[in-house]
Amino acid sequence: MITDMDCEKLLLVQAEFDGEIDAADAVRAMSHRQECAICRAAYADLEAARHLMRDDAPRYRAPDSLRRALAAGLATRTPAIPRKSTLWREGGIFAAGMAIAAAITLMIVTPEQHDMLDQIVAGHVRALQPGHLQDVVSTDQHTVKPWFDGKLDFAPPVKDLATDSFPLLGGRLDYLDERTVAALVYRHDKHVIDLFIWPENGNATPQNAGHHGYNAVHWRENGMNLWAVSDLEGAELQEFVRRWRATP
Amino acid sequence: MTGGAFEAVVLPHLDAAYSLARWLTRSPSDADDVVQEAVLRAATYFTGFRGTNPRGWLLQIVRNTAYASHALARGVVLVALPTEGGDTTIPEIADPGDDPETALSRRQDQRRVTRLLSQLPVDLRETLVLRELEELSYKEIAQITETPIGTVMSRLWRARQMLAAAIKAEER
Repeated sequence: MITDMDCEKLLLVQAEFDGEIDAADAVRAMSHRQECAICRAAYADLEAARHLMRDDAPRYRAPDSLRRALAAGLATRTPAIPRKSTLWREGGIFAAGMAIAAAITLMIVTPEQHDMLDQIVAGHVRALQPGHLQDVVSTDQHTVKPWFDGKLDFAPPVKDLATDSFPLLGGRLDYLDERTVAALVYRHDKHVIDLFIWPENGNATPQNAGHHGYNAVHWRENGMNLWAVSDLEGAELQEFVRRWRATP
Repeated sequence: MTGGAFEAVVLPHLDAAYSLARWLTRSPSDADDVVQEAVLRAATYFTGFRGTNPRGWLLQIVRNTAYASHALARGVVLVALPTEGGDTTIPEIADPGDDPETALSRRQDQRRVTRLLSQLPVDLRETLVLRELEELSYKEIAQITETPIGTVMSRLWRARQMLAAAIKAEER
């Protein structure tokens, strides 16, 4: 059995088998196989496994009932929020005009952030539909944090702000910026706050943005990109962010 | 974007999505739920999709939805399904053109490989399914599973090793 065998070139032989190496390396792997009994046996096992998979393992087809259900679901889904809407552009101009007068942080929205804000708000709206808010339901940060282990390639900072009246409800995986991100779910009165977190270098102070009745605050710290989004009033959401950042 | 763009780009990969969900959850109804959830999530995020590999993108969402679902979160992933005898989950696969004897033998072969694969840990099973059934490259598998290529190679290696060992054990 090949479990008892070892040769440092086993993965090279497998890469040759999978056609993952260039011709010169493939020739090297092949000539190695002729000399190495371990790799010859291993190659036979690779062939047996492939033979079994490709001959016998069914590649399932989506049932018609699923196709029908999807067609119905897609037809009734929340319409996608249009990118770079006029409303948004006017918002940008408005913010630019207000910049001189306002002592608060200036909202600077790059085209990338337009897209990201669309995605953030869409993700938040979608999560509010029944059964979608949390994949792990726990008010205990020591339960939520380990739940993310193995599901993400980074460890999101999980904090409970129950004493600050922003209790943690749980967490889930979400998809933003073409990657899997952590979403922490908090509550304030009857409002839900989603905090999306994924790694990105750099530090930036919080910036506020609003979109279709939702407010968002974006900042970066400790190599993480963070977006808080909610239907809370802007000032309350900023307070959430302030307390979150102040909590160790 | 228009609704049509999503359907045209993503829905051609629905069979691949369903097959992966089915192999991950090992249950037709869980696979249905996972794919529905994943496709609706994909539709939500489609405006942000800039990549050139919609199949890989959809499979990544399916995979993460499956991992987050109750189907895989119940902690039963290492337990083999009882597939001897009264298994009714596979008949739709048999080719209607087969004569009864061939069809029976084909169903038995499918049950056997389904049982052997079900015994693999889910991370090994998904890597093997993506490589052998979807015929994806190491790099594509690494992206879908958000895993370094070296880990993909060693998982693939262990999956094949376990499968080959199981074949030999049965033939003995």
